[in-house]
Amino acid sequence: MVTEHDSLLGGYRVVDLTDEKGHLCGKVLGDFGADVIKVEKPGGDSSRNIGPFYKDIPHPEKSLFWFSTNTSKRGITLNIETVDGREILKRLVETADFVVESFQPGYMDDLGLGYSELKKAKPGIIVTSITPFGQTGPYARYQSTDLVGCAMGGLVRILGELGRPPVRMSCDPQAYFQASVHAALGSMVAHYHRVLTGEGQHVDVSMQEAVALSTMTATEVYDLMKVNVIGTGQFFINPRPEPHGLLFLRFVFPCKDGHVVIYYLGGAAGLIQSSQALLDWANEEGMALELKGYDFRQWDGSTIAEQELDRQYKAIIEFLMNKTKDELFEEAIKRGIMLAPCAITEDIGRNPHLQARGFWEEVDHPELGETIAYPGAPVRMEKAPWRIQCRAPLAGEHNEEVYGKELGFSREQMAIMKARNII
Amino acid sequence: MTRQVFEGIKVFDFAWAAVGPQVGRELAEHGATVIRVESHRRLDSLRTAGPFKDGKPGTNRSAMYTAYNTNKYGISLDLNNPKSKEVARRLVAWADIVTDSMAVGTMAKLGLDYESCRKINPGVIYFSTTQQGQYGPHSGFQGFGHHANALLGLCTATGWPDSEPTLPFTPYCDYIAPWYVIIAVIGALLRRHQTGKGMYIEQSQFEAGLSFIAPHLLDYTVNEHAVTRMGNRDRYMSPHGVYPCRGADRWVAIAVTNDKEWQRFCDVIGDPDWAGDPKFNSVICRKENEDELDGLIGKWTKNYTPEQVMTMLQDAGVPAGVVQTGEDLLNDPQLKHRQHFRVLDHLEIGPHSYHAPAYRLSQTPCDIKRPAPCLGQHNDYVYKEILGFSDDEIADMLVEGVITTDADVATTM
Repeated sequence: MVTEHDSLLGGYRVVDLTDEKGHLCGKVLGDFGADVIKVEKPGGDSSRNIGPFYKDIPHPEKSLFWFSTNTSKRGITLNIETVDGREILKRLVETADFVVESFQPGYMDDLGLGYSELKKAKPGIIVTSITPFGQTGPYARYQSTDLVGCAMGGLVRILGELGRPPVRMSCDPQAYFQASVHAALGSMVAHYHRVLTGEGQHVDVSMQEAVALSTMTATEVYDLMKVNVIGTGQFFINPRPEPHGLLFLRFVFPCKDGHVVIYYLGGAAGLIQSSQALLDWANEEGMALELKGYDFRQWDGSTIAEQELDRQYKAIIEFLMNKTKDELFEEAIKRGIMLAPCAITEDIGRNPHLQARGFWEEVDHPELGETIAYPGAPVRMEKAPWRIQCRAPLAGEHNEEVYGKELGFSREQMAIMKARNII
Repeated sequence: MTRQVFEGIKVFDFAWAAVGPQVGRELAEHGATVIRVESHRRLDSLRTAGPFKDGKPGTNRSAMYTAYNTNKYGISLDLNNPKSKEVARRLVAWADIVTDSMAVGTMAKLGLDYESCRKINPGVIYFSTTQQGQYGPHSGFQGFGHHANALLGLCTATGWPDSEPTLPFTPYCDYIAPWYVIIAVIGALLRRHQTGKGMYIEQSQFEAGLSFIAPHLLDYTVNEHAVTRMGNRDRYMSPHGVYPCRGADRWVAIAVTNDKEWQRFCDVIGDPDWAGDPKFNSVICRKENEDELDGLIGKWTKNYTPEQVMTMLQDAGVPAGVVQTGEDLLNDPQLKHRQHFRVLDHLEIGPHSYHAPAYRLSQTPCDIKRPAPCLGQHNDYVYKEILGFSDDEIADMLVEGVITTDADVATTM
């Protein structure tokens, strides 16, 4: 266990009652050092059945989704719909600093486990509730999935291609992850206040709002220009006042072995330098000569014509088609060109920069007889390092430790709890 | 008004573009005093990115810039001018937190890297966030969020199996990275409260973004399965998609997660004959006949607006939602109920809507009261009242170009 002084949240306890919508919140707090106790239904959470699975074997102890969203947690089982279960949860809350849950609004209140009750059990407790749309309001009872959350938050409309339905990112579940990280953030703001004043509070997180915050300027563009941004394939859509109308800027360019994203633009100083450097490189290799001498200071996004863009894109693409993603990226870094490869998953695994920075964390899975490389720190602090404390818990793995050693239940009591399907 | 959470916390906000400033914004919206320091000679890239008021570029006309700098004070200062040193020194000495999102090495050149700041202010909390981090073979890469989209595999993961990778309009990684920095900064403030010690925080935004791809990265590591473009398909649900609705370019998202919901879905659509066909009987059958199923559902949804489809299905307990545009978000009754958008009146842009955070705190709500500063808007207040310069000293700094003005803006935008 991490000690108080070498992690950000060492010494603080989180009771994690979430389903798949909120798992990442507890993981974030746990990786920053908190003692997170994941409370599952007897038999284990249903999110253990979400794939992908280790070696493609569907099994509740082999879910890679579960693994990746529940590191740094201990696991117990508890049926909070029973009278004893509720009392046990309250005893656990007495020892905790945070409770994180993602039930339907009102569910915890109906069980007598709402914020006002938990506050009685532990004054100063922070209760963080993650729901699709928030605790109250016209959509508060609406059901959601990742797709519905992404759609309602505006992240689907701005993705995809012209002439086809809008899409979500296939690397799901982005809506759940957004909701969870904002929940961790809101919990930390509340925690700061609590440490200074002793006052706890209820943190009401909306997945829809968390997603909406990730849509860049979709609402600002509508507010100012009365234009709705939509997914436009390989292009970035830039609304201009009439008579110029929408500008479609190519950002995704093909190359020899895939695609790259380039800011091939004029405008701000940095963009001009980058575009000029790309053109210079092409010219050095005898390519894009028809653009030789073009001065990107004259590139004016507010008036440039589509035909002129097409002429330039054509010349640049001819050059790019001779180069691989890796060749382009390596040279882009040297020359200050704003170009990056469209990675496929394999590229991330072999990314030399991530390896040089020691990004991957080897996590031991003794029951699988191997260690698995997990994505590492999302932010680094020398003196209070982020770290994966342990792999995700097996169902009920820490029942003995938590109920027996920490809460002081006897073996006989635990046998009763087990027999009555409380744990 | 109750005490704001970060009241008394002071931030010297030198970070620019999208990621760094969102950290200062979150703190400012909860009471911190944040001074954004900028130069007219090298404008924040967001000031040169739209949307602009009336579509016309201008230093103080970008709604993207204003979105990420609410509640802050803004001053102009040319840190490349040697005479700016004393201003910088006073800012560092004043601050609890110093923020950096400049290209690697910039702060060291300005004498404002962590080591230099720590000599002035030993308890300072300092973060550097850049796309690739401060060290490593790609640390010199100067990319923006759209480049991070590419490196994270989001372009190859967004779109249709039969077409090319696409560009997510949003530089999505810019809306992952800052949240982790804020968590770390709050943790660092509390740690300092306890130990008196400052802290250095370093971030590669790319690495932060990878935390949101984690299940798929494990799937590759363990099983060698790469992420592929699946349109709106889900591995385990059917029907699961985005369907056309009545109106111009209107869409609804529907996700049926289990058999019970499939039954309710069939009830809502009026149990047409095809719904009873054995080929749609179970999720395994529906998966096998998904193209046909999606076509049939699309014929039904086309009769209704997306709002009607959402209401009918949600009333029956089936997950469904409008594929909302920017306009829809601004008019969304749920977001209105939660006061997600706050209208602020900017000096040059006028009134428009700003996002609030995604969480509501029961005891210490955020207070979003001021739009972003125009460049140099608070020079008087900050130089005099906070940093203690005299009128004469300020006049000298203006003459010497230490404090920049509109006249210093480069002609190209």
